[in-house]
Amino acid sequence: MFSFGDIMAEALGLILTWDRDLSEIVLLSLRVTLTAVAISCLIGLPLGAVVGAFRFRGRGTVTVLLNALMGLPPVVVGLFVYLMLSNAGPLGILGLLYTPTAMIIAQTILVTPIVAALTKQVVEDLHGEYAEQFASFGLTARARVAALLWDARYSLLTVALAGFGRAVAEVGAVLIVGGNINHVTRVMTTTIALETSKGNLELALALGVLLLGLAVIVNAAVMALRASAVRAAYA
Amino acid sequence: MRDTVMDIRAESAVAAQPLLEARGVGFSAGGQPLIHGIDLGIEPGRRTLVMGANGSGKSLLLRLLHGLLTPSSGQVLWRGHAPDRGARRAQAMVFQRPVMLRRSVLANLNFALKVHGMAGRARAARVQEALDMARLSDLASHPARVLSGGEQQRLAVARALMCEPDLLFLDEPTSSLDPASTQMIEDLVNAAHARGVTIVMVTHDLGQARRMGDEVIFLHAGRVAERGPLHQVLGAPRSEAARAWTQGRLYTGTPH
Repeated sequence: MFSFGDIMAEALGLILTWDRDLSEIVLLSLRVTLTAVAISCLIGLPLGAVVGAFRFRGRGTVTVLLNALMGLPPVVVGLFVYLMLSNAGPLGILGLLYTPTAMIIAQTILVTPIVAALTKQVVEDLHGEYAEQFASFGLTARARVAALLWDARYSLLTVALAGFGRAVAEVGAVLIVGGNINHVTRVMTTTIALETSKGNLELALALGVLLLGLAVIVNAAVMALRASAVRAAYA
Repeated sequence: MRDTVMDIRAESAVAAQPLLEARGVGFSAGGQPLIHGIDLGIEPGRRTLVMGANGSGKSLLLRLLHGLLTPSSGQVLWRGHAPDRGARRAQAMVFQRPVMLRRSVLANLNFALKVHGMAGRARAARVQEALDMARLSDLASHPARVLSGGEQQRLAVARALMCEPDLLFLDEPTSSLDPASTQMIEDLVNAAHARGVTIVMVTHDLGQARRMGDEVIFLHAGRVAERGPLHQVLGAPRSEAARAWTQGRLYTGTPH
């Protein structure tokens, strides 16, 4: 029976020795998460900006839908993507099940509503300030969205950060569509779940520490950038 | 001979055509009428002041004329036609509280020219002119939102004027500024007027009105109570509403 201190010491030893397996898992986690967040931002930022800046029929419904989808249960998304990508599903022919791409798809579905809903709020507030000036300039809808997204860029970093937090910590969906296959789809969260169930607490804890460290570093970097922007009155 | 007479008449008709015209413009919000069927024309090259007590509808009228609000009834015409994109580009507006983008002074000016469709190379020279005009060259790289109120308003006026509008709307542009800043804004606006820009400005300041106005549209309770040359409306007002206002009295009666 190991004490917590022993397990922690072994976990730190694993991090310091940084073997190939650990490196592979961390890098795949980053690849899947960052790709999903990037795609979510490509979709969610303009979508949220449009909903935030314009009045149109059905806007209230879209807003309610986006807010509701922020709380999507990951396992339900995982199941949905699984059914779509399985051999019997409409996209089965693509052969994407149990690949990192499937994991990216699942995470994108989870993160996009978060990015869109938070962007909508940020842009709506900014648009309230700019609306008359933009109307006076005679800005086209596209130029208006582009200008709002640019001027809200530092606030939107926090939005992207929220998406990153959701994606990097997610386990249910990626486990279902990725299958946690060694050297193929094994990421930090699924490994932690697996190794804990096997009783291999050292590796699980090592990955847990890394995951926490990663989250702290990314958060700190974004917050520092935002703070400098606030000081310069650009945020 | 007959053709010549007709040509002269046609030219007179063109010359008499207002730059901007409100025909029966009304505006309601929440079922409450705020502007009541206003008819007026803004002639080119004039400095028209919109005056009246708080809540009389001055800012609302300015927004309706500029097209920021859609009239509930009636219509606004630009050079005799329904305003199009070109009409919007021929007008500019400066707000009571200047709206500064979260960008540098330089980027604020560049943005206005860019959306106005000016190519990058031509923009640099025009931006420098605007910076010089607003006396903001030293602050070009500063974030616009950290400028003082007077500097922000000078930037807003320069940003509006650099696109060379035919008509400039100003909604109490100096209401929160000190005398020196007010003087600078007035100089900018008067210089623009000297270049042929038509001015429509809301102001409460009688001194400013005397320095800046050719004529006054006096509003009361969403209606034009009186319109006429500056000296007449401020010196010998015909309407009770304008008379009360110039004497500093509260007037709650109907304008007609």
